[in-house]
Amino acid sequence: MKFGIVTYPGSNCDHDAYHVVKHVLGCDATFLWHKDRDLQDVDCIILPGGFSYGDYLRCGAIARFSPITEEVARFAQHGGYVLGICNGFQVLTEAGLLPGVLRTNSQLKFICEDASLVVANGHTPWTVLCPETVVAPIAHHGGCYYADEETLGRLEGERQVVFRYAQRDGTETDEANPNGSLNNIAGITNARGNVLGMMPHPERNAESELGDASGAWIFRSIIHSFLEGTRA
Amino acid sequence: MKLRVHVTPRRGVLDPQGAAVKGGLTNLGFDGIGEVRVGKVIDLTLASTVDAEAALALGRDMARKLLANETVEDFEVEVLG
Repeated sequence: MKFGIVTYPGSNCDHDAYHVVKHVLGCDATFLWHKDRDLQDVDCIILPGGFSYGDYLRCGAIARFSPITEEVARFAQHGGYVLGICNGFQVLTEAGLLPGVLRTNSQLKFICEDASLVVANGHTPWTVLCPETVVAPIAHHGGCYYADEETLGRLEGERQVVFRYAQRDGTETDEANPNGSLNNIAGITNARGNVLGMMPHPERNAESELGDASGAWIFRSIIHSFLEGTRA
Repeated sequence: MKLRVHVTPRRGVLDPQGAAVKGGLTNLGFDGIGEVRVGKVIDLTLASTVDAEAALALGRDMARKLLANETVEDFEVEVLG
């Protein structure tokens, strides 16, 4: 399985993602430059964290117009697996590949801490192998998920909410919600399930040197789903 | 032709920046402040010689496609002349 990691001007987690899929999980990996249109026959695309285009105007708003993003959108529309982490999630919402928007954290502070996530839907290609909870660090200023009532109802009804902020034991509480996200939402998929956006960084907790390594299960899940041929 | 696009948090959507600014003003002794909403202003100069109506339409198109995110923001376009 081959992963492609997009590099926008201002991306700064692209090498972390590359390292995890290539050196920790043993997959092929290549960087995809924002000006390119060639997806190099990858099977899964990662939009990494960072500050694409300086986060000018709104986080992710300018990256949407990169040539590579247009190709990523085409790839996603054909069922290709796309994972947006942090700034990558913001790009996916601005590009219309995922619903809703990520707003400034409710307490207006940049938050950098471990987040416990409860897996709200373990039947997606991204979570089939995941335990009930995973830990992934968050590092963002604009991670407050918002969608209008109708969209939120649809997301919940179709079980597109995949990760929620929770206590370590998996209990969802207001206190466990670090940024004011509606319904404690930390990650969602599109209706088809092949596109996942999440604010926490699973690539920063994929090795035992960095924590309990539970973030690796998200990558293992998508590798498993790909190899099983269970295209979402 | 100059255009000014006002982008503001959509009504009903919480504005934490506005709440923080209100807190600051209250601390400075400005009493009786109701709601404070923080938005942004984008000034554009159009190179072509379009008329006011066409400029407005263009500004609205730009706002819908990029300048505002209508999930959480409202916009108003004004021709400055």
